[in-house]
Amino acid sequence: MNACDLAIIGAGPAGMAAATEAANAGLSVILLDEQPAPGGQIYRGIETVPEERRKLLGPDYGKGLSIAQAFRASNATYIPEATVWNINPDLSIDYSRNGGSSQISTRHLLIATGAVERPTPMPGWTLPGVTTAGALQILLKAHGGVGDDVVLVGSGPLLYLLAQQMIEAGGPPKAIIETIDRSHYLKAARHLPRALSALSYLRKGMAMMRQIRRAGVPHYTGARDIRIEGAQRAEAVCFSAHGRAHRIETTSVALHQGVVPNQQATRLLGCDHVWSESQRCFIPKLDAFFESSVENVFVAGDGAGIAGANSAEIRGRIVALRVAQKLGDDKGTQIRALQKKLSRDEAIRPFLETLYAPSDEVMVPHDDVLVCRCEEVTAGAIREAVDLGAPGPNQIKSFLRSGMGPCQGRMCGLAVSSIIAERRKENPQSIGYYRLRPPLKPLLLSELAQLEREPTRDEPL
Amino acid sequence: MFKRINAPKNGKVSFTFEGRSIDAAPGDTVASALMLAGETHFRDTPVSQSQRGPFCLMGVCFECLVEIDGVPNRQACMVAVREGMSVRRQKGAIGVEIE
Repeated sequence: MNACDLAIIGAGPAGMAAATEAANAGLSVILLDEQPAPGGQIYRGIETVPEERRKLLGPDYGKGLSIAQAFRASNATYIPEATVWNINPDLSIDYSRNGGSSQISTRHLLIATGAVERPTPMPGWTLPGVTTAGALQILLKAHGGVGDDVVLVGSGPLLYLLAQQMIEAGGPPKAIIETIDRSHYLKAARHLPRALSALSYLRKGMAMMRQIRRAGVPHYTGARDIRIEGAQRAEAVCFSAHGRAHRIETTSVALHQGVVPNQQATRLLGCDHVWSESQRCFIPKLDAFFESSVENVFVAGDGAGIAGANSAEIRGRIVALRVAQKLGDDKGTQIRALQKKLSRDEAIRPFLETLYAPSDEVMVPHDDVLVCRCEEVTAGAIREAVDLGAPGPNQIKSFLRSGMGPCQGRMCGLAVSSIIAERRKENPQSIGYYRLRPPLKPLLLSELAQLEREPTRDEPL
Repeated sequence: MFKRINAPKNGKVSFTFEGRSIDAAPGDTVASALMLAGETHFRDTPVSQSQRGPFCLMGVCFECLVEIDGVPNRQACMVAVREGMSVRRQKGAIGVEIE
């Protein structure tokens, strides 16, 4: 089988930009993505969204169109609706598509699988009607759907962006319940001088806040002891704020405590990860060109540490040029220029990370809160297993089945590592994370049985 | 309740959920179509048979698992609607029929 120069997993800003840049530099490129169209989650539906909806979603979303168009115009081979379920150490990649499986082989791999929502374990978070904030944004972007009594709960820029987009779409949230601790403001202020060099982000943030205020959306700050009530589905959010108890009736609760790198593929390949104290998550260990501890495996986009869509695109380009350089092209000047641009774009991050640090309530949930949604394992059960001597997530997994359900630990992994760390009074770095094995996603036996060993370059684009 | 901000323009796709007929828009996933039709209960968990519905809508959480045309464990948020498809709730653990 002929190996391509660069295979990319994920068609978000990082993946699309890397594919375009690499193909334009003359490299053979294959991009695999799970969705039917390019864009990733941030630019979901960007090619097909009706113009009026694109406008109400805002210019930052609209920016994705030119990136997608450039990618379509490039010579990169694009394989949509492809679910990657294994990556071998020799960088051959198994994926399923249309009910069968295929394999491609590559000399360099870029993992551009982006971010997932941080797990937000709290009482009632498994009730139907409770979603992530990202889910409601996807419903609006890709399908033009908006709720009529949505209550947004948590912390992070996405909450305000979603509120703004819902207001524009004619379905303003019923309330915003913010969990930011007052101490965060003081700590974040220290990072303001650097953030000022990214003034456009600060301005955008303030404009969003103003619009939410003008729309008259009730905005609660300093919320604690949050729980979602309901017999068979969400009926109300209860919380206390500034010494008062509140109860807001709703059928739709959207949770958000920031996003974290999707670690599934990098963990599978055995890449080294480091615990980021400021982002409160694991990040793959990368060099200045986003190459991981596994040679020829790169990570770009939010999977390389949360930095947003603009940085994702720049990181993707840096990886493409670095791969071209490794193959003998001198791209040093271009890479240095992009690195400079990236450092400017990332200047806002320390401020945002400090201000919107996840609340302790979700990092250290109460004993009776379900942490592993699939296998229904509580925080208390995890602590009990730690007390019995389980030293890390993999032993907890054997004891309790947490992380062994269909989501394969995607929804509980970070929370489980954090709970163990807190109980053992250690840093999550020394606790580590679930060991991941193929298949990366559940697949049918028939998909496995129909594994073709031939590449599928001639598939329709 | 979730509503579409604009009526779909390019025709419709009809399928059934638990025998009830649902009209979806082309480009909908099974999950988006069901949410926009007012459905929230997609499955019962295998452990406690408690009700669950879509959580992430991006293929990560596996909460929206349904049975589509007899095949269980399909992620409703990752499958595009097709005319005439039959979707059912996934009820708890999948048993093996022994004669």
